Amino acid sequence: MNVIIIGYGMAGARLAAELHARDGDRKVTVLGAEPHRAYNRIMLSTLLAGKIGEPDVELAEVAGQGVDVRTGVAVTAIDRAAREVRTADGDRIGYDHLVLATGSRALVPPLPGLDPLPERVVPFRTLDDCRRILAAARGARSALVLGGGLLGLEAARGLAARGLDVTVVHPMGHLMERQLDPPAGAVLAGTLAGLGVRTELAVSATAVATDGDRVRLDLADGRALTADLLVLSCGVRPDTALAADAGLAVERGVVVDDRMRTSDRRISAIGDCAQHAGVLTGLVAPAWAQARVVAEVLAGSDRLTRYRPRPMVTRLKAAGIDLAAMGDAMDDAPADEELTFADPARGTYARLRIRDERLTGAILLGDNPAVGTVVQLFDRGAPVPADRRSLLLGRAFGAAPAAPAASPALMPDAATVCQCNDVSKGALVACWRAGARTVAELSTATRAATGCGGCRDAVAGIADWLAAADPVGATR
Amino acid sequence: MTDGARVATLPGTPPREAATHCPYCALQCGMVLRETGRRIEVAPRQFPTNRGGLCQKGWTAAELLDHPDRLTTPLLRDRPGAELRPASWDEALDRVAAGVRAAQDRYGRDAVAVFGGGGLTNEKAYALGKFARVALRTRHIDYNGRWCMSSAAAAGLRALGVDRGLPFPLADLGRADTLLLVGANPAETMPPLLRHLTDQRERGGRLIVVDPRSTATARLASRHLQPLPGTDLAVANALLHIALTEGWLDRAYVAERTTGFDEVRRTVAGYWPAEVERLSGVPVADLEATAHELATVDRAIILTARGAEQHAKGVDTVTAFINLALALGLPGRPGSGYGCLTGQGNGQGGREHGQKADQLPGYRRIDDPAARAHVAGVWGVPVDDLPGPGLPAYALLDSLGTATGPRALLVFGSNPVVSAPRAARIESRLRDLDLLVVADFLRSETAALADVVLPVAQWAEEDGTMTNLEGRVLRRRALREPPPGVRTDLAVLAALADRLQGRAPSYREMHNKGPLLTPEEAFPTDPRAVFEELRRASAGGPADYAGVTWDRIDADTGVFWPCPDPDGPDTPRLFADRFPTPDGRARFHAVRHRPAAEPVCAEYPLHFTTGRVLAQYQSGAQTRRVAALRRAAPGGFVELHPDLADRLGVADGDEVRVVSRRGDLRAPARLSPAIRPDTVFAPFHWPGAARANSVTNDAVDPISGMPEFKICAVRVEKP
Repeated sequence: MNVIIIGYGMAGARLAAELHARDGDRKVTVLGAEPHRAYNRIMLSTLLAGKIGEPDVELAEVAGQGVDVRTGVAVTAIDRAAREVRTADGDRIGYDHLVLATGSRALVPPLPGLDPLPERVVPFRTLDDCRRILAAARGARSALVLGGGLLGLEAARGLAARGLDVTVVHPMGHLMERQLDPPAGAVLAGTLAGLGVRTELAVSATAVATDGDRVRLDLADGRALTADLLVLSCGVRPDTALAADAGLAVERGVVVDDRMRTSDRRISAIGDCAQHAGVLTGLVAPAWAQARVVAEVLAGSDRLTRYRPRPMVTRLKAAGIDLAAMGDAMDDAPADEELTFADPARGTYARLRIRDERLTGAILLGDNPAVGTVVQLFDRGAPVPADRRSLLLGRAFGAAPAAPAASPALMPDAATVCQCNDVSKGALVACWRAGARTVAELSTATRAATGCGGCRDAVAGIADWLAAADPVGATR
Repeated sequence: MTDGARVATLPGTPPREAATHCPYCALQCGMVLRETGRRIEVAPRQFPTNRGGLCQKGWTAAELLDHPDRLTTPLLRDRPGAELRPASWDEALDRVAAGVRAAQDRYGRDAVAVFGGGGLTNEKAYALGKFARVALRTRHIDYNGRWCMSSAAAAGLRALGVDRGLPFPLADLGRADTLLLVGANPAETMPPLLRHLTDQRERGGRLIVVDPRSTATARLASRHLQPLPGTDLAVANALLHIALTEGWLDRAYVAERTTGFDEVRRTVAGYWPAEVERLSGVPVADLEATAHELATVDRAIILTARGAEQHAKGVDTVTAFINLALALGLPGRPGSGYGCLTGQGNGQGGREHGQKADQLPGYRRIDDPAARAHVAGVWGVPVDDLPGPGLPAYALLDSLGTATGPRALLVFGSNPVVSAPRAARIESRLRDLDLLVVADFLRSETAALADVVLPVAQWAEEDGTMTNLEGRVLRRRALREPPPGVRTDLAVLAALADRLQGRAPSYREMHNKGPLLTPEEAFPTDPRAVFEELRRASAGGPADYAGVTWDRIDADTGVFWPCPDPDGPDTPRLFADRFPTPDGRARFHAVRHRPAAEPVCAEYPLHFTTGRVLAQYQSGAQTRRVAALRRAAPGGFVELHPDLADRLGVADGDEVRVVSRRGDLRAPARLSPAIRPDTVFAPFHWPGAARANSVTNDAVDPISGMPEFKICAVRVEKP
């Protein structure tokens, strides 16, 4: 079977790997429009920050053994009748099954001055975009970022880490409004300010102009901001052109069923370009889950396999920022149960919504030690802890048992002092009464503190307490 | 307390004294035994590993020497279903020889199998391997260490070129700025080791523990990562991802001392922290802090243990941590490195000298022609007579009594009825055998199924060597003779070889070239003579003991292998200049997370994991018979989180039933917030209804054959 995958991004590369890992007689051809090997898009903001080099964002690749990866090959058309794809080079390649993993493209807002894109105005989407931003940032002292969503903030953080003076312009009343409620947005803005990123909220841009090495962004309130560089992060649009031209059902994305099939049984779509149950995902985790479904369908390893979307978790983690948002936590509607904690001065905010003992949504910003637990409980739909405070304070799992009583006097006789040799306080007291007076004597008689040695201080404390309580005995 | 390791043996009549080591775990704590009349006292001694400490198991170890349950006469079962009855040694050995002959005559040489143990001395492990290959000429020998060390061993071999648990002395732990323990709970499994951790803490070092349970060790940690069971590999890849993105790699080391990094780099690019947080539940901030604390200090050590290794992806999980250590430039750097904490007393030496199905003495491969030629030369047998590799432990036991499997099994120093995964199935395989022979000093659960039980000596009644978790060869020294009626394992092998000599004509009759050995020469009963032969057999192998002598061990605190020359140095620290690989470089291997072999589902919604408690050891056959240990840990239990217990309607102490697709266990519930609410834990020391291994999964690692003891899917019910 000949399988062609159009697109060598994170979805396409993953599908190639999934198919490679499965038995079967098939030839897989991957056609990537970008000239380089597959890379991890999530690491681009780290690349922007200058901490790593380009090779560090490369993803593991499967080549050889039935997988033919061709980069820098743009597909221009799909001929469904002939079951062929045509490339910009004029090649025609036949397929038995075709998978669209064409991803999405950055949206360029319809503002005066952006067509064509000036040199110092760059969208933030691909490795090539990243290269252009880095080229423009060389020698730059300031940058503007248009768009205060997840990607815009990652770009802003990356540029700030390079020492640029960064301002984010966002038309909505608070940052990341699709994931955050207004108080969380405000805490996030405060955190960003501390990292050298200013925010201009609730104001639209009206035009862009360039003047030599400077870029000017005109705002609806009459002001104008200037910087050495303007990064556009105004959302993405699924790349559906090939699918639409080929007559496949396309809404906002390429429409697929539970097995990721388009309106043509021989064509599937996965990742950012696919629209499943009316939803576009735009995240890596669902794209990889979809890749697995297609691989299982094509390999016939699990004919009953279906894509079951899992709840999405948005995670922004960069030096100084720790944000997790999921579910309905930005909703205004009252929840059955709601937990909140806010310490805006220290950049911490938490809001969790619970129904039927399950998390329906959460926003955690700043230092929230239970974030891993919350993400897992939400992801798996598992019941929340009876002690809800643990979700805020991180005592959910593995809280240490109560510390030994501070004073030996308060310790019950049966309390174990030495775990290694199973010695109770009572045994030590009895030993004292029998004449042992020093830690060494107590140890010799009871074997306390002869194992790991960790209870030595506790034994000494008991000896001191007994000496104080029984001064006669101590001097005898 | 006696200082140093020098011989303190006062032979002759009581009072007698012997400076030896504890019989139990791989820490091999130094101790002195004193016998006055019928009383035997145990006292710790200063030794570099235990530094004068002993846990309760060590203090009470001598109680089994004169225990009423001690076997002092062979036992025979006249026919299936009959009771075991006392028999003479001649009768018992004749029965074994006859059973072996019958099986081999009818089904071929491989119809007899041998199953050894990680508690046997080097001499016994060596002799057992030789006995299987030379006297029985079967390819089927493996041992319970397969369930212990095999994943770390395989990962160490393929990455570093050698498998020595710790490539540095234990004392290095005390000097580490950061110590990462993955799936290790030494506070319960080898308490005196904590003296080194105390040392480390007092010097300002950080201890980071990765464990799904908040164990006694985790509670000592400055940072505890509590991943979902079975996600350690992803955690390791995320730590490497972070080190990469933060620029913390030792790029010069990677370039000069390793190969294969690019593929690892591209693989861990797919393990960004948020993705792994969702998979493992370990917060991104903790992953970042851990990577930082490992990567930005002078001395960092990463140790794995069974929690990370006893999985169907155990080799890859250990590999992921070795990758991390290599990328940070740790192995070979003074005070830094990767190691694993060996479990059983001679878990290290026991895996070096031929008890493993694929191995010959000196850690040689049985499929390596040069290794075969060398060992055949030492043994005085034609090289073509040496069998090839046999099956790894679980596959071997699972084949017993089947159409193609062995019909007879000889067990030395192991109790698989309690310790094997999916134990009920293995128990039934053992029952299907034509002949089961168990050499032990107590009537273990496996001995209770045997057709012949041979009573053998205990640790304080024999001389020999053990190789501890550091690769340090130690002397076990006899305090006294075995009681009347009891023989040493070496004597048992010699007597069987003698009876079977007609079955092994290779070394006597069939070939008229090479040294011809009598059974007495081939299987000496004097352990020192066996060790001398072991030295020759191991010479030139990866675990080279050629330069180790008993006298040399006695003169100092043991000898670290490799030690090829009696007059040359030993090797306390490996990898300073090169790795023992063909090109001298360590090898990265790209490894990917994969789910547990048995995922949770609606019917079996909880993760089940197993482990130890402080006062018991292994299958408990020994420690369950010690009164003080029985008081401290009287029986099995099921640890579960109070939230889970509440949902199940279970109160502390209620009996619960843990059910998997393979079987169930019943034990009282022990409620503890130390465990995740999605996971339950049971210790594996007890037989019968509380047997944890009735539940465990027999899926095995494709490379090491390690069973997946540490995770399977269960439900918990009220019976």
